[in-house]
Amino acid sequence: MGRAPNFLELSLFSVMWSEHCGYKNSRPLLGRFPNQGARVVQGPGENAGVVEVGDGWALAFKMESHNHPSAVEPYEGAATGVGGIIRDILAMGARPVALFDSLRFGPLDEERSRYLFREVVCGIGGYGNAVGVPTVGGEVEFASAYSGNPLVNAMCVGLIRTEDLVRSSATGEGNLVVLLGSKTGRDGIHGATFASDELTEESESRRSNVQVGDPFCEKMLIECCLKLLDEGLLVSLQDLGAAGITSSASEMAAKGGVGIEIETDKVPLRESGMEPTEVMISESQERMLAVVEPEKADEVLRLAERYELVGTVVGRVAGHGDLRVIHQGEVVGSVPAEHLADAPVYERDIVRPWYLDAVRELDLGELPEPEDYNAVLLKMLGHPNLRSRRPIFTQYDHQVGTDTVVLPGADAAVMRIKDTKLGFAATTDGRGRHCYLDPRGGGAATVAEAYRNLSCVGAEPVAVTDCLNFGSPEKPDGYYQLAECIEGMSEACEVFGTPVVSGNVSLYNETDRGAIYPTPTVGMVGFLGDVDRHATPAFKREGDMVVVIGKIPSLAGEPGPSEGDLLAGSEYLEIIHGKVAGLPRRSNLLAEKEVADLVRELVSSGLVDTAHDISGGGEAVALAEMAIDGGIGFDYDGEVEIGELRREMRADVVLFGETNPDFIVAVPRERWDDLQDALAGFAYDLIGTTGGDRFRIGDLIEVKLSYLEEEYERDLFEQYAPEGGHIG
Amino acid sequence: MRIGVTIFPGSNCDRDALYGVERMGAEAVELWHADANLKGVDAVIVPGGFSYGDYLRPGAIARFAKVMAPLEEFAKDGGPVLGVCNGFQVLTEAHLLPGALLRNTHMRFVCDRVRVRVEATDTPWTSGCDPGEELTLPVAHNEGNYFADPDTLEQLEDEGRVVLRYLRNPNGSANDIAGVCSEGRNVVGIMPHPERVSDPALGSDEGLRILRSVLVGAGV
Repeated sequence: MGRAPNFLELSLFSVMWSEHCGYKNSRPLLGRFPNQGARVVQGPGENAGVVEVGDGWALAFKMESHNHPSAVEPYEGAATGVGGIIRDILAMGARPVALFDSLRFGPLDEERSRYLFREVVCGIGGYGNAVGVPTVGGEVEFASAYSGNPLVNAMCVGLIRTEDLVRSSATGEGNLVVLLGSKTGRDGIHGATFASDELTEESESRRSNVQVGDPFCEKMLIECCLKLLDEGLLVSLQDLGAAGITSSASEMAAKGGVGIEIETDKVPLRESGMEPTEVMISESQERMLAVVEPEKADEVLRLAERYELVGTVVGRVAGHGDLRVIHQGEVVGSVPAEHLADAPVYERDIVRPWYLDAVRELDLGELPEPEDYNAVLLKMLGHPNLRSRRPIFTQYDHQVGTDTVVLPGADAAVMRIKDTKLGFAATTDGRGRHCYLDPRGGGAATVAEAYRNLSCVGAEPVAVTDCLNFGSPEKPDGYYQLAECIEGMSEACEVFGTPVVSGNVSLYNETDRGAIYPTPTVGMVGFLGDVDRHATPAFKREGDMVVVIGKIPSLAGEPGPSEGDLLAGSEYLEIIHGKVAGLPRRSNLLAEKEVADLVRELVSSGLVDTAHDISGGGEAVALAEMAIDGGIGFDYDGEVEIGELRREMRADVVLFGETNPDFIVAVPRERWDDLQDALAGFAYDLIGTTGGDRFRIGDLIEVKLSYLEEEYERDLFEQYAPEGGHIG
Repeated sequence: MRIGVTIFPGSNCDRDALYGVERMGAEAVELWHADANLKGVDAVIVPGGFSYGDYLRPGAIARFAKVMAPLEEFAKDGGPVLGVCNGFQVLTEAHLLPGALLRNTHMRFVCDRVRVRVEATDTPWTSGCDPGEELTLPVAHNEGNYFADPDTLEQLEDEGRVVLRYLRNPNGSANDIAGVCSEGRNVVGIMPHPERVSDPALGSDEGLRILRSVLVGAGV
């Protein structure tokens, strides 16, 4: 700049060069992600990634974290996380049509964790239900690594005609800058810097850094912006998120290679006495910034009023290239926009942490084999990590919009695109424990799990958004985990052909008790050419033949994995033996893709309508879920056609091992021959038949289905139903 | 037949209701909250959502919207009106229907599919159903717990004005009431969302049993 910046200018740099906005630690690593693909319409760098799904339709989607706000003010933190991600999608010109949430909390026996869990779910529902975008999927896990630093990641998917996409670059000197939506207040000031710091005792006192949401206003903002775009009244559009007007205006200016002047005294305020600096960095919610040609401004403001929104001309596009702040006619700050958008980059050394050697030791010989497998299965199904998510998703309106084809609880949500045969599916997945034990393998496994989930419902996976939740990058462990997870995810995305088209980074997820598990969360979208041809896990009929497809090691001609490899990092080890240990087997990604693609073919060809992947809890839990969901029992005859691999192993490894990425499908007897033909060349086992009211696996497990259901459906919020709670 | 769908700020099932009208084979007409007339429609659906953000009380502000005056006239003249979810709440606030909808007793929002029984088929919105017919319909609400004083409840039961009844009560409603009608039987309020199951692509079109009744009754 050639001079010392004043206080206002320093504040602009402070928020824009935070990790949250500037990605100064993560940027060098993020370049590793593949981001090209035949269906990619918009890769990273815009408000959301966009991919084509056919017939001129495209999906805009992105995931974002709201971890720190949710740690200190869980209801509003989660609510505004939902609101923020919806506006990212809206800024692309797309109608938001589906929401997902990926959540992590400490164990439910901690009062604080129960409080955070309950309030976050209330906040997501309170906002999402009112704004009228269905919350159709997501996931949650509980582990002490997240005590005090919960993760709240929200993903939104929007639908748009490819030709209607809008971008955020400001153009046209003399064009006007219009602020739409709520008035600006002092809430959320320095939210971006707060999000880029570790959580301490003091964080509690930073509640004022947390924004407050108004879903009613957001609903009007959605309808208004879509109307304005429909009428062709906007040059460009940008949401206001972290760092408020500063971030939006400087990014719009930098992308367009122009300057933007903002008159802070024109900004409608919620409270009096706000300084220009506060106006510039306020993170008040439900606001959008639009560039408008002067002759269209009146019509824009008129429509805003119709939707009961505040619409105000607050500035103009200028030729000078600066973000210039004007207050009562005087320039009070002026900084080149491209400087603000170009935070410095910190390159750090990647050093392998010592803990990895210690946690990987796992001697199965020390672990007694259970005597009562009925009790083990019941205990696992009743554990909060595996229990039914029904008590959560019934608090979210998942049907508004009349497009939800597969309701929550399946491997992925399936939505239709009205007036076409097309559908799309989406899932969010994270494997924190796995990434902790093996950051690279876990990163790859996270992508693989999303790929499998989409394949199970019959969708062809297209692209990925991610949210990288990690500890401090300034500590060697955190930086190593970040770098290695990105490497693993990138390898998997390359093999699967699913580029990363948008994403978000949340670092500094630490408290005085240490860092969270490294938890990259993956949101993956796919499409269905015929949405009627989809599958769900629930058993559909009595007498169906149940088949496990996969056993990838033997397929690839490699030596089989050891028993320890199969149980490493499993739910079983943690729930039953209290251990988080071992080196989970790294899967052969190419072979895994082949099997997943086969399963998708089975579904999309109409042969199979019942499919589920084996993941948390292993084969026994996957089968139990299918039986409970369908209300139909299962008989697993361990003597019939069970492969060699299975017989040679400890029973707990076969039942609960989860790093062998197999699938389970069920077909009526009359389709058995067709299925066998389709499976030619692949490894599979016929493991049993559906029917009755009991769940039986050989001579190991035999339980009444209703007992399983009772454990599985236990209320995750039991003993602590919200008193009072929130309206909404 | 032309069926109007009212749109308040914060209505979020308006597009679903318009779609439902299309599915039932009628012409859908948007009725903006600031409109002073009903554009000559033959029936009106007040859709679900969070009109005016549900601020103060669900439906409490919407009842003062400009479009409500002609709607009340229409209802008093015997025109068929269906309130769904938030629409039911608006109609009780406007005193076109008796009672009120309180917070669910378990204090949670509930989104699910529930079984209901059609208790009265002499309303324009159930005339196409069989007496005692059971339907599976979606619900999604925070305040669906129907409340009325004991005398009113007795009167509703005596006069056969309970239109839909839950087989398993999801919200604590008095007498398992899922829907009621006005004294003139032309105004019906229900918590379940028939428009959400108006298409086999979504797994069911049982909702059309309710929506199409108004066509059946009109002899369309």
